[in-house]
Amino acid sequence: MPSLKDLKNRISSVKSTRKITSAMKMVAGSKLRRAQEKAESARPYERRMSRMLSSLASSLAESKTPVPRLIAGTGKDEEVLIVAITSDRGLCGAFNSNVVRETRRMIHQHESQNKKVSLICVGRKGRDILRKDFASKILFSIENLGRKGGMSFSEGSELNDKILALFNDGKFDSCYIVYNRFKSVISQIVTIKQLIPFAIETEADGAKIEPLIGLKFEPNQKAILESLLPKALAVTLYGTLLESMAGAQAAQMTAMDNATRNAGDMINKLTLNYNRSRQAFITKELIEIISGAEAV
Amino acid sequence: MAETFDFELVSPEKLLFSKPVAMVTAPGCKGEYGVLPGHAPMITEIKPGLLRIYENEDTVVTNRLFVNGGFAEVTQTRFTVLANEAIPISELKLETLQALVKDLDQKIADANSEEEREPYRAEQDFLAVKILAATS
Repeated sequence: MPSLKDLKNRISSVKSTRKITSAMKMVAGSKLRRAQEKAESARPYERRMSRMLSSLASSLAESKTPVPRLIAGTGKDEEVLIVAITSDRGLCGAFNSNVVRETRRMIHQHESQNKKVSLICVGRKGRDILRKDFASKILFSIENLGRKGGMSFSEGSELNDKILALFNDGKFDSCYIVYNRFKSVISQIVTIKQLIPFAIETEADGAKIEPLIGLKFEPNQKAILESLLPKALAVTLYGTLLESMAGAQAAQMTAMDNATRNAGDMINKLTLNYNRSRQAFITKELIEIISGAEAV
Repeated sequence: MAETFDFELVSPEKLLFSKPVAMVTAPGCKGEYGVLPGHAPMITEIKPGLLRIYENEDTVVTNRLFVNGGFAEVTQTRFTVLANEAIPISELKLETLQALVKDLDQKIADANSEEEREPYRAEQDFLAVKILAATS
């Protein structure tokens, strides 16, 4: 049975923990709102880019221009690059460990098919865990994305340039992103997205896109494809990063909300205990006094 | 009121403009071109330059923006510009740009070899276009 003083100390320590977690929840909430706004405002560009790409792709089928390697792939399927997107900060529930688990599963799956796997880690938490088992596979890792004033497009395209350079050097044949899709504030779903070979949507809102007749290009189709495709990849990557950032804040908010509630429960329980032992102590004292008086 | 079509200007970070307009001129990679309703479909690359928007009739410029390269898609009913970056002309300050040019000139003068000068030259060209847009 802990003494009254011990109980009192525990209560006050849990109370200060609750203060911290509820403050963290507030912070995550306001960061989440900003991240969500950012993800929201990046979406129009992404949507229009994919619309332009699909009309480009539909015209590609008719013309004799060779399909670029970014869409068609290298014709091999031997080396795989996995980009694991996690957050820099912890205390966000299973957010990071879910991505790590999925990445691990993918690595084992591809290796069992005798493919060579390499890794790029975005975010400090993922890197820290993954490098324990797969240090030799990690090509490089990136952290502190969007630390200053939120993520900018240039940060996304910088990562994209690195990936493209690796692709052009023939370092891998296909590239997948493992990240947390932002479904809602309380639920982020680990998703695998194929980045390269690039999948162009041929349908928009369920309707097949009609190929444009007599579509003209300036300067020409090949040049446009060559400059548009890397851009489209960068946009996809940027969108994914933004979504993951928003997801991390949401996960942290949920985790901190739970922690605050748990701390509240704990305080209630401890207070009950404390009062009980206090009363027991008083009762004991009374009994002692009374039995002492009776004896006289 | 003149006939209109939907014009959209987006940069990776946000949607800047989405309205029906009468005419837009854009700096294509093979020269500036204007888009009117019912234009033949095409996809073009855009170089850094000035984008003029004629909202109500095709003689009065209502909006001027500097675009830092990108792509444009024209169809019968809409015109979409995907700019790498877009800045309204009113936000371009001539003085700051000129200060930047002076900085660059200094850097070019300080550079020791032609290779070192190369990146500055590209930036210089880019600034020249920006200034041209700001003064137009």
